[in-house]
Amino acid sequence: MIRDPNGSGRLLKAPENFLDREGIRRVFAEAKAGRRDFIRGAFAAAAAGLATPLATSQSNPVAGDGDPNILTLPAHSRGLGQPVVTDGYGRPSRFEANVQRRRSPGLTQTAQASVSFAPLQSLFGIVTPSGLHFERHHQGWWDIDPSKHRLMVNGSDEKMLRKPMVFTLDEIMRLPSVSRFHFIECGANTGMEWGNVAVPTCQYSHGMISCSEFTGVPLKILLDLCGADWKRGRFVLAEGADGSSMTRTIPRSLIDSGEVLVAYGQNGEMLRPENGYPLRLVVPGVQGVSWVKYLRRIELGDQPYGAKDEVIHYIDLMPGGLHRQYSSLQEVKSVVTTPSGGQVLLDKGYYNVSGLAWSGRGKVKKVDVSVDGGRNWRQARLEGMAMSKCLTRFNIDWTWDGKPALVMSRATDETGHVQSNYSQLRAVRGSRSIYHNNAIQTWLVEESGEVRNVQLA
Amino acid sequence: MSSWRELAVLAALTVSGASLAQGTVYDGIGRPATAGEIAAWDIDVRPDFKGLPKGSGSVARGQGVWESKCASCHGIFGESGEVFNPLVGGTTQADVEAGRVARLTDSSFPGRTTLMKAAHLSTLWDYINRAMPWDNPKSLATEEVYAVTAYLLNLGGVVPDDFVLSDRNAAEVQQRMPNRKGLTTQHGLWPGPEFGGTGKPDVQGSGCMRNCGGEPRLASSLPEFARDAHGNLADQNRTVGAQRGADTTRPDAAAKSAPVPARAAANGTGNAAFALTSSNACTACHSLDSKGLGPSFRQIAQKYAGRADGVDYLTGKIRSGGGGVWGGAMAMPPQALPEADARTIAAWLAAGAPK
Repeated sequence: MIRDPNGSGRLLKAPENFLDREGIRRVFAEAKAGRRDFIRGAFAAAAAGLATPLATSQSNPVAGDGDPNILTLPAHSRGLGQPVVTDGYGRPSRFEANVQRRRSPGLTQTAQASVSFAPLQSLFGIVTPSGLHFERHHQGWWDIDPSKHRLMVNGSDEKMLRKPMVFTLDEIMRLPSVSRFHFIECGANTGMEWGNVAVPTCQYSHGMISCSEFTGVPLKILLDLCGADWKRGRFVLAEGADGSSMTRTIPRSLIDSGEVLVAYGQNGEMLRPENGYPLRLVVPGVQGVSWVKYLRRIELGDQPYGAKDEVIHYIDLMPGGLHRQYSSLQEVKSVVTTPSGGQVLLDKGYYNVSGLAWSGRGKVKKVDVSVDGGRNWRQARLEGMAMSKCLTRFNIDWTWDGKPALVMSRATDETGHVQSNYSQLRAVRGSRSIYHNNAIQTWLVEESGEVRNVQLA
Repeated sequence: MSSWRELAVLAALTVSGASLAQGTVYDGIGRPATAGEIAAWDIDVRPDFKGLPKGSGSVARGQGVWESKCASCHGIFGESGEVFNPLVGGTTQADVEAGRVARLTDSSFPGRTTLMKAAHLSTLWDYINRAMPWDNPKSLATEEVYAVTAYLLNLGGVVPDDFVLSDRNAAEVQQRMPNRKGLTTQHGLWPGPEFGGTGKPDVQGSGCMRNCGGEPRLASSLPEFARDAHGNLADQNRTVGAQRGADTTRPDAAAKSAPVPARAAANGTGNAAFALTSSNACTACHSLDSKGLGPSFRQIAQKYAGRADGVDYLTGKIRSGGGGVWGGAMAMPPQALPEADARTIAAWLAAGAPK
């Protein structure tokens, strides 16, 4: 490979577009045939006459006496720092200002019926900081006074519950609580990519997912408290208090199991207003639209509800023109977040390839990573304990040799469901479904170090 | 005396211990809902029309309501895609007869309108009743909801011009919904037995680990012209760590040549005037620096920069509304906000709409 005249091993700047798509294909083909000299030749020709190193990472020089950052003590080592409680609710470092949730330009025409994406490329572990949690609002968000917020539980007729009831936040927070880590993923996450590549980074391709520790009361406790008739009551409606008064039919089986929570806590604090303060439903494994925010009412009934987001949106168009209704589960899925689209690798050498995996059907059992476009796979390390319907962080060692690479991850859940690629998925569901795209994501690491979002045939 | 106190404490402990042991008794939590409270909030209408209140509304009346309260977002004929997806279009009389929208199989047909998808009349009624108009939800009277629904259906050729929709004929109209047979619950994505779905995944990936498949072939990537369509990615990545964001203001391969300086946070929302534009819903149509339905605040600032009476002019414009300046299809309605707030916003615009 190319080395700069100083011998530091840094990659040289490549001329613009010096390997086009066809060129990359050729490099792959020649590499497969074992013709390393072809690649060397191609790169050498391209690099001839260039001597500008790609100044990118923080320099770590050993010239002279040593690094001035060590030899000259900085102000923070020689002065008095800030007092406690300078900020009663702390903030990230000012150097972290690039880590923000963002809108995708042109995706929605209004900012109230819209979505913002979590910056997955900059997050560690599995917990999404509450201020970076993705947003999806249908009619704008509110900061609701909890002392005036009420939760009503009633039935679709007078006999469905022995006693329809009203609860205050005080009362709900007195009830026995549970705290559980779960992911929440919008059903339309990765929806822009069904037909072709549409967005540059994993923030926009996969950022409608977040993961938090939620604290709340199992919904079953509240329904039992009201004397639910579980023989007749087969469907539960959840309704929000905001302008859209979002309604969704909630899976009964998840209520019976105690998984569905009426939650007020998120990551140790109360829910953020953008995430439903003071009360939202938590429906583990199920798409985010069912996690009704600003929850004001629960109704037990004997029929499904056919709400707007169960009849007009959040229905999946299949080849043949039928729409799948009440498609709710978020199936096994994963994405490599580092390196990922829109990033630039700083240098050749060692990288910890890292990403997130999840399944709405339970725990992640295994994640495999490929750096050659899916021809060969290696099993990644799963960090920490894999929790049910929760993000799992995976890592795997990789030494980048400076050649083009196609980085992918593939998750398998505890039910044995293996994440599929685009051709497998489209063969069954076509490409117009919008929702529930859980295909394998591919990132192309170009020889320049830039990472591109690509889809393979 | 002291032994008497101890006894009382002991007795109290025994009592609370007994309550805990019962486990499911939550004394003092919640109270019965009144009939009035349930009536106020239980507004859902199911596909079997349970919950549909008595009442009626004509197509003719619906047209009047539509033009004053709905057309600004949805277009005169429900055809507009400017704010939301079009409501009407793409259905035929044959669809009304068959109950399946034929164009859903035509991938060249642009988009899917609400009437192409809505299988249930109840869904339209329920949603208009609970969430419309978008900026003033739950303000329509029951008769208006019937009328607007009737007008919408008339635009789609589902009911005739002289139709009066009511709770009594809703079930008949349901039998004319163009996509009433267009939904299926036969899939594996509902986690329960209620809909008779399969419960099983319909697509299974491969577990192959070695020499899988053929040569990888790129089928799709972002075109060069879309390189910075999401802004400069260098500003969207951490400035320390194994990677940097690509500088998408430059062409590929030169992307990482400039280290991105770490910048102090400027979230753009700390500004009081900008906060006012948000709390007064100005941001439904205007955003800081990209054109939405209306011009961006920066565009406005630019247009009126240097105008001596800029603050007065813009204060008046905000409060009186108006159209024709920017050439858009929609005029800005008069805004009912206090003059002081309008002046704060105007002064901010006149100052160039800084973050």
